Amino acid sequence: MIMFLMRRLCQAVLVMFIISVIGFAIQGGLGDPVQQRLGPAATEAEATTLRHSLGLDDPLWVQYLAFANDALHLDFGHSYFFHEPALGVIARYLPATLELVAASAVLTLLLSVPMGVFCAIRPRNWLSQTLMGLSVIGISVPVFLTAMVLIQIFSIGIQVTLFPADSGWGHWLNQLFSIEGGMPAYGRGNPIHVVGVWYTNFASLQGLLYLLLPALSLALVMLPLFVRLIHAEMLEVLETDYVKYARARGLRPSRIYFLHALKSTLLPVVTLGGVQIGTLVAYTLLTETVFQWPGAGLMFLDAIERADMPLVVAYLVVVGLLFVVINTLVDLLYRMLNPRVTLSGRAA
Amino acid sequence: MALLEVEHLDVRFPLRHGEIRAVRDVSFALERGERLGVVGESGAGKSALAFSLLKLLSRPGYIAGGHVRFEGRELTTLSDRQLRRIRGNRVAMIFQDPLTTLNPVLTIGRQMTESLKAHRRVSERRARAIALHKLRQVQVSSPEQRFEQYPHQLSGGLCQRVVIAIALLLDPDIIIADEPTTALDVTTQAEIIALLTQLCDKHNVGLIVISHDLGVIGQLTQRLLVMYAGRIVEQGPTREIINDAQHPYTQGLINALPQMTLPRQRLAQIPGNMPSLARVPDGCAFHPRCRYRFTPQGRLRQACVEQVPEAVSSGGSQVACHWVRELITTVPIEEETT
Amino acid sequence: MSLEIRSSATVWRRFRDSHFLYRLRRNRRAQVCLALFVLIMASVLLTPWIAPSDPYDLAQISLLDSELPPFWIAGSEPAHLLGTDAQGRDLLSSILYGARVSVAIGFGAVLLQSVLGTALGLLAGYRGGIVDALLMRLADIQLSFSTLMMAIIIGAVVKAAFGGAFYGDYSVVILILIIGLSEWPQYARTVRASVLAEKRKDYVDAARVLGFPSCRIMWRHILPNTLSPIFVLSTVQVANAIMAEAALSFLGLGMPETEPSLGSLIKSGFDYLQSGSWWITLLPGLFLVTLVLIINLLGDWLRDTMNPRLHKG
Repeated sequence: MIMFLMRRLCQAVLVMFIISVIGFAIQGGLGDPVQQRLGPAATEAEATTLRHSLGLDDPLWVQYLAFANDALHLDFGHSYFFHEPALGVIARYLPATLELVAASAVLTLLLSVPMGVFCAIRPRNWLSQTLMGLSVIGISVPVFLTAMVLIQIFSIGIQVTLFPADSGWGHWLNQLFSIEGGMPAYGRGNPIHVVGVWYTNFASLQGLLYLLLPALSLALVMLPLFVRLIHAEMLEVLETDYVKYARARGLRPSRIYFLHALKSTLLPVVTLGGVQIGTLVAYTLLTETVFQWPGAGLMFLDAIERADMPLVVAYLVVVGLLFVVINTLVDLLYRMLNPRVTLSGRAA
Repeated sequence: MALLEVEHLDVRFPLRHGEIRAVRDVSFALERGERLGVVGESGAGKSALAFSLLKLLSRPGYIAGGHVRFEGRELTTLSDRQLRRIRGNRVAMIFQDPLTTLNPVLTIGRQMTESLKAHRRVSERRARAIALHKLRQVQVSSPEQRFEQYPHQLSGGLCQRVVIAIALLLDPDIIIADEPTTALDVTTQAEIIALLTQLCDKHNVGLIVISHDLGVIGQLTQRLLVMYAGRIVEQGPTREIINDAQHPYTQGLINALPQMTLPRQRLAQIPGNMPSLARVPDGCAFHPRCRYRFTPQGRLRQACVEQVPEAVSSGGSQVACHWVRELITTVPIEEETT
Repeated sequence: MSLEIRSSATVWRRFRDSHFLYRLRRNRRAQVCLALFVLIMASVLLTPWIAPSDPYDLAQISLLDSELPPFWIAGSEPAHLLGTDAQGRDLLSSILYGARVSVAIGFGAVLLQSVLGTALGLLAGYRGGIVDALLMRLADIQLSFSTLMMAIIIGAVVKAAFGGAFYGDYSVVILILIIGLSEWPQYARTVRASVLAEKRKDYVDAARVLGFPSCRIMWRHILPNTLSPIFVLSTVQVANAIMAEAALSFLGLGMPETEPSLGSLIKSGFDYLQSGSWWITLLPGLFLVTLVLIINLLGDWLRDTMNPRLHKG
């Protein structure tokens, strides 16, 4: 256990070090904060004073240490745009992102496990074949396109005019295939205040409606990955001796599929879940852009547009931290599920 | 009426490159408390036979014909739901490799109690008590501790004991053991064999042991089936067959066993290989490897090539061989038998 | 001369009798995918000659033609088969030109990442020790961050550091660099695995005993054995690179709207979704999905054909 925590800690330190170097490079080395702060109209003297007061005359490593020291004290400076501490800005935007991710994770899990299991145990069923076919297509569809199609269908609606509208049946068919739309697809609506910076969409029907399309797009993109993996692993597990032995013991099929087979199947799924955290963050960025969901991702993109360096750096650090924590949690979960691996990391 | 009757059983695996007939026209019976061995090289259809009895064949295998009757009840036409009441309950199975048989992510205890609960309404506590009792019966040391452990924490021999305990859990009428000792080392093999024999005798359980190892089968069973390319070529009392094998294939198998008592000599071997089940020769499947396919005069026996031999009684066993039949019906003992 | 003819004939015969062609003949889906892939590649290469108009030539576009629907919807014009966008540009031409940019970036990025990844993978696998540990740790971290996130971060850093104007001017090169740099670990891992497998074989020992220098051993003996997994990987990576480029462009970290790729076409069309002109954004999207899907399917098929052992990805 201690070994495991040590290794995790080393990795975390390494990741955070790399991120801090990148962050430092952005903040200090590459851009010119003096010009950004003072604007092009500033005089040379003003610039020099500011340069000095910001410590920009010091050697690079001194500047880095100062940066790292501030970062360790959770101080990433003030956002140029919001004029408040960068971390505070992120804290304000993070709940929206976390709620979106949570909702889509629940949707993904609820949909992918039954689908993957079903496709594996009924491989010849038309539904499995359809689902597997769709999942092949699904991994080739970028998330923003899924989101747009959902917006077109459920928010804007579809007016079918394919059939002659003057005849009764044509009108009826047009009506049948047309979709009213009307689902909210922009922003968060009016989330309800919970505590501190946390406003939630889960507490009201209206909030849930606003959450539905973004969460669904994100889930639909993660879904094919998970369905395909669960399906492949499940197929393999179903061929093992212990599943055959479970049948030979007269266990009920539901118990064989959902306990004996699924528990082994979940190991790689958990690993994939961990590996996909980064992808999920990226997809969340894209989803937030399409729906203008006011989360940390959208804030990050705006910060890049505005060259709001402290905010960009703080975001990167937060994402890195999140990534380290989640990876550790996933590892712990994996070890809990797999008795063959002890916490020291060696297979017993 | 025998406890288990198998008649003209026919098992097939339709594959892309043609159909494999793994079991052909196999008939035998098992009495209550009897121990029966099935022996043959790998690929002779032994395992397919074992798994077909409870309709546990892997896809795409299926039973193409014949009957399996347990206590007079036809099993081949039962639904999965009905079969489930028999599997593990009245007829238990032991698989080849205990380490892959037990689910690696579930504890020993959980796998034992779930077996019990699948067939009986018992409390968790009662299930645990029964399971621990059975573990003691198969001489597992400190069963309470094992109960909480995962399969990978146990040795192969210990795992196989657990598997035997699971098999005995519901006091079945028959245990089918598919190569129960193959994956174990030699000393453990002997222990497991002793344990199985003793427990089956004690509880009057019928046992079907599948093995390629005549040594195992010889110690464990009272009666023997010898399979070759999906068919039974010889069946009879184990002792009779080992001492006085009738079928040329069985003779070959026995001659290939190392003999401690004889002075050092080269082990006999049967020339050639067993055919793949997808391409079984016409006539007697063994004929391309059989030295008796020629008459003493050097002529090919047409029957061996053209006709599937029917079983005849000879020397206490049933033998499917044209040559043996000739011996019995027409010719007195010739010099070839020496 | 005669030798040359014979050898080309042998090459043809070897190709004709190859496992590859045999498998292709027996797989209808692979045939369709390959045909579509060749069709798309040809039209992308020949775009300036086959496109109905040049969407960047201001003389050829007219605002009067803006937001015309595709041919199956009432109000369309035969001159604009797939309709037009808000500036009156012919959508079919825009898609073809956009696909040209996307495909160019896709192939460029894969070229870069394969060269980089192969070199680093060879180095890590052959040298071992601290070089290997460092490179693989870096690859692990990068992969667990996910390649798309890496690309976004690098893109954001570059854009923040050098400003939007610079980014716009050199966007093709920048995108190739970004995607190439973020995806090299895929190659490094694959190559390293094959190197480790090959290294244990006798012929490498023999070459070493004979005193061949290590770069010759790597180049002449080990590299050829890693080519087939590299090839298979490259197919899927082209699809990934095209997807990554589209995502980056959609986020505003990719191609500018003056020189749009499929991703930036989708992005700029998105504003008109609300006004009912769905085709401006969804048709380039459909084209993107088709292209990526075809490459992915071909990649799956190639993987199964060339190396069944790789089946588990």
